[in-house]
Amino acid sequence: MLVYVVRRLVAAVFLLLIVTAATFVIFFVVPRLGGATVDDLASRYVGKAGNAQDIHAIAVKLGFTDPIWVQYGRFLAALFVGADYSTGPTTVHCPAPCLGYSFINQNPVLPDLLDRLPVTLSLAAGAAVLWLVGGVSIGVLSALRRGSVFDRAAMSVALAGVSLPIFFTGLLSLAIFSYWLGITAPGGSFTPFEENPLLWAYDLLLPWITLAFLYAAGYARLTRAGMLDTMGEDFIRTARAKGLPERTVVVKHGLRSALTPILTIFGLDLGLLLGGAILTESTYSLPGIGKYSVDAIVNNDLPKVLGVVLIGSIFIVLANLVVDLLYAVIDPRVRLG
Amino acid sequence: MRSRRKVVAGALGAVAALVLAACGGGNVASSGGSGSGGGGGAADANGVHNPSTEKGGTLRFANSGDWDSLDPADTYYAYSWDFVRLYGRALVTFKPGPGKDGTTLVPDLAESLGKPSDNAKTWTYTLRKGIKFEDGTPVTSKDVKYAVERSLDKTTFPNGPTYFNDFLDLQGYTTPYEDPSPDKLGLKAVETPDDQTIVFKLKSPFSGFDYFAQLPSTIPVPAAKDTGSKYKEHVVATGPYMFEKNDLGKSFSLVRNPNWDPATDPIRKALPDRIEVQLNVNADDIDNRLQAGDLDVGVEGTGVQPAAQGKILADQALKANTDSATVARTWFTVLSESVPPLDNIHCRKAVLYAVDKTGYQRAYGGATGGEIATSLLPPVIPGSEKFDTYPTPNNAGDIDKAKDELNQCGQPNGFTTGISYRAERPKEKATAEALQQSLSRAGIKLEIKPYPSGDYFKLYAGKPDFVKANNLGLLVYGWGADWPDGYGFLAQITDSRTIRAAGNTNLGIKDPAIDGLIDKALVTTDTPSREKIWVDIDKKVMDDAFVVPGVWAKGLLYRPPNLTNVFVTDGYQMYDYLALGTTRK
Repeated sequence: MLVYVVRRLVAAVFLLLIVTAATFVIFFVVPRLGGATVDDLASRYVGKAGNAQDIHAIAVKLGFTDPIWVQYGRFLAALFVGADYSTGPTTVHCPAPCLGYSFINQNPVLPDLLDRLPVTLSLAAGAAVLWLVGGVSIGVLSALRRGSVFDRAAMSVALAGVSLPIFFTGLLSLAIFSYWLGITAPGGSFTPFEENPLLWAYDLLLPWITLAFLYAAGYARLTRAGMLDTMGEDFIRTARAKGLPERTVVVKHGLRSALTPILTIFGLDLGLLLGGAILTESTYSLPGIGKYSVDAIVNNDLPKVLGVVLIGSIFIVLANLVVDLLYAVIDPRVRLG
Repeated sequence: MRSRRKVVAGALGAVAALVLAACGGGNVASSGGSGSGGGGGAADANGVHNPSTEKGGTLRFANSGDWDSLDPADTYYAYSWDFVRLYGRALVTFKPGPGKDGTTLVPDLAESLGKPSDNAKTWTYTLRKGIKFEDGTPVTSKDVKYAVERSLDKTTFPNGPTYFNDFLDLQGYTTPYEDPSPDKLGLKAVETPDDQTIVFKLKSPFSGFDYFAQLPSTIPVPAAKDTGSKYKEHVVATGPYMFEKNDLGKSFSLVRNPNWDPATDPIRKALPDRIEVQLNVNADDIDNRLQAGDLDVGVEGTGVQPAAQGKILADQALKANTDSATVARTWFTVLSESVPPLDNIHCRKAVLYAVDKTGYQRAYGGATGGEIATSLLPPVIPGSEKFDTYPTPNNAGDIDKAKDELNQCGQPNGFTTGISYRAERPKEKATAEALQQSLSRAGIKLEIKPYPSGDYFKLYAGKPDFVKANNLGLLVYGWGADWPDGYGFLAQITDSRTIRAAGNTNLGIKDPAIDGLIDKALVTTDTPSREKIWVDIDKKVMDDAFVVPGVWAKGLLYRPPNLTNVFVTDGYQMYDYLALGTTRK
C-alpha cells in the first residue's frame, strides 16, 4: 500500500515536470514558429508606446533572451531554492517554492494563488457535496422507479442541467434571485469561512447550486444507468432470495457496485474543479483560481499560467490517487500493489 | 489610451446578450443614441445631473479587469488617468467640467499652466504653496522631478506612456535606480532651481507640453518612500483621498487624506467620505449591479455591455439615467498605397465613394455604437471640424462616382484586393463583411483575411512587407487618443516618419506634406492656430484618400439615481470622477 502510494507520487512529479515543460514550449516555441522574435514576445509586456530599446530591455529583464531550457531550469530552480527579483530601487528575495512574479503587474504569483485557493476550495467542496448527494439519490430513485413520472421528470431536468451552460444559468439566477427577488448575495460576494461561516454559506449558495446543478445532472444519469445494470445482476437476485431487506439490497449490494465508476468520474471532476472553476468564478466574479487563470491566459502572463497549471495538475493527480485508494475500500476485489 | 474589457468576459457577455435578447424580445440597439449628456434626467443648464455639494457617503466603483497599475508612473488607461486624480495631483489636469469644458487644461499642483521659452523647448512651472503628502511632508519640485525620473524606467514601469522618454533631453539618463548622484536627482533635462520651481528641457520644440504635464507621471513621489514596482501597494497621496487597504488584483479602498488642504485645491469637490473599488468583476454583473443600486460606477467608463444595452434602451425609466458619451476614438479602414492598384489615388477614391457607411455603423451597433465618421479626427477633440470630402446620398455610397473614379484609375471593371481585420473582434469582422458587400456594387472584390489581434501590428497589418506580399489593400483599424487634442490623436497614425519594419501604429499614411504640417503644429504655441493645423492634416489625409473613416465611437453610460454631480467630461470621455458624490449614506 505504502509502496503503491510512493510510486504514484514519484510518477506524479514526472507528470508535473512534463506538464510545466509543455506549457513552456507552447508559450515560447509556438509563437517562434509563427515568426515572432524574442522582442515580439516581450512587447506584450510593454505599454502601448514602447520603443525598440525598452522592449529589448524588458526581454532581457524577463530572461527571454536566454535559451528556453535555461529559462525552464530557472523556473525549476526558483521552485526549489527561491530566486531574487529587482523592484527597481531594491532586490527582493522570493523564497522557495517561488513561482516568480507576474509579467504584467509584477505581483508575486504564489501568494496570489494561495490567496485565491480558499475561494476555489469553498466553491468546489460545497458544490461537490450538493451534486454527489443530489445526483446519486435522484439516480437511485429513478432507477428503482424506472418509467415512473418521477423518473421521467428527473431525467428531463437532468438533460436540461447537462445542456445549459453556467454563464446562462449563472447570470439568469443572479438576475432573478439576487437582483429581482433580493434573497441571495450579489455577484462578487465572498466571505472567508473562518470569518463568518453563515455568511460564507450564504454568499456561496447560488454558485454552489448552479455548479451542482450542472454536475448533479450527469451524476444522476450515470447512477441511474449503473443501478439499472446492477439491479439486474444475479447477485442481487441472490441477495433478495436470502431474504435481505430491500433497503440493504439496494444500498449495500446494488449502490456499492454502481458507485465505482461514479467515484472515478468524481475524482476527475473534483480535481479539475480545484484547479479553478473557470466559468462559475467568472460568472459570479468570485476571486478564485479559475478567474485568475482566465486573466493570466488572456494577458499571456506565463508565470501565472504556470502557477495555475501546476496547482491544477497537483489537484488532479491527488484526487485520482485518493480515488484509486478508495476503490480498494468500496470494492473488495480490488487489490493495490 | 487603451480601453478594453477582458476578452473572455466580452465573449461570455456576447453569448448572454444573444440569449437574453431572444428571451425578452429586446430590441438591441434599434433606438437612436442621444447626444453627449442628452440621455435625459435632471440635468442643470450646464449638463450636470443631480448637482450637489453635500459631502459624505461611500462611492462604490467596480472594474471588470485589473488595473494595469495604481502607480502613477505605470498606468495607461483613460479611466485610470481620471481616477488617479482622487489620490494624486499632477502639475496640470483637465478641468472637471461637463462636455467641452472638460478638455480645458487647468493648473493643479502648479500655480499656472507652463511658461514656454526657447521656442517651446523649455517649460517652467511654479508649484502652489502649502501642498503636503499624506504624512504631512511638504511637496517640493524635487518630488515632481523624482516622479518624472522614475517614470523613465520602462523595465520597472513598462505600462506607462513614453512621452517624457521621447521628448526630454535625457542625455543618456535611464533610471534614478542607477543614478550615481546621492539625491538620485541626476537628470539634467529637469531642473529644480528652488523648492517651488521645476523646469523641463526638451530635445525638440513641443507646443503642447501642458498635455505632458497632465500625465500622472508628474504626480509627486517622495524618493524615501519609493519601493519601485511595489510602490503601487501604497502610493503616497497628495489628493483628497489616500489608500486605506489595497488587496492587489481584488479590491482597494480610499479614505480622506487629513493633509489635503482644500484651500490649495480649487478644482476638487471631494464629496464622498470613502471610496471602494472592486477589481475583476464580471462585466455583465457590473451592469446588473448598477441597475440594482448595488454599485455606483463601472470605472472603465466604456459603457454598458450589449446585454444591458438592449434592456436599458427598451425601458424609458432606465434610459433616462443614461449618457451617451462621444469618445475620442475613430474606427476606420486604411487603404494601402503599397498595394496596386490602390497606389493610384483614383482607385482609392473609388473605394471611398463606393462604401456604404451605414453598413459600417451597423457593424458597430448602430447609432448607440457611434456616429458615421467623415474624417479621422473625432468631433470631441477641441477645434475639430466636420467636413465630408466624399459626400454620398444618405452616406450609403455613390456607385456612379465610384465607377467614374475607377475609369480614371484604368480599372473600369473594378479590381480584387484583400481586407484584413482582427479575428477576435466581431465588430471588425462585420465591418469587413459590410465593406465587401458595398464595394462589390462597384465591381471591387474583397477577399476577407482575419489575423490574430495580439500580433495584428507586429506580424500582420502593422508590417509593411507582409501587407504588400499578401495584397492587403484594406486594413480595418481603430484609434483612440491619449488625450483630446490633435497631437494626442493624429501624430501616431499619420506621421510617415514613424513607420518602421513592424509594429506600426501608422498603417500606411505617407505624405511629406502631412509630416511638414505636424512639425509646424509642434512649434505653434497659440492654441487656436495649432488646432487649425491639425484640422488641415485631417483634411489632407482625406484629400489623399488614405483612409475610409467609419464610425466616431460612443459609449452608453448608466448613472444610478443616487449618484450626484454626474457629468461626462470630454477630457476623459466618461464621468468625471473628481466631481462625483452620492446620496447613499
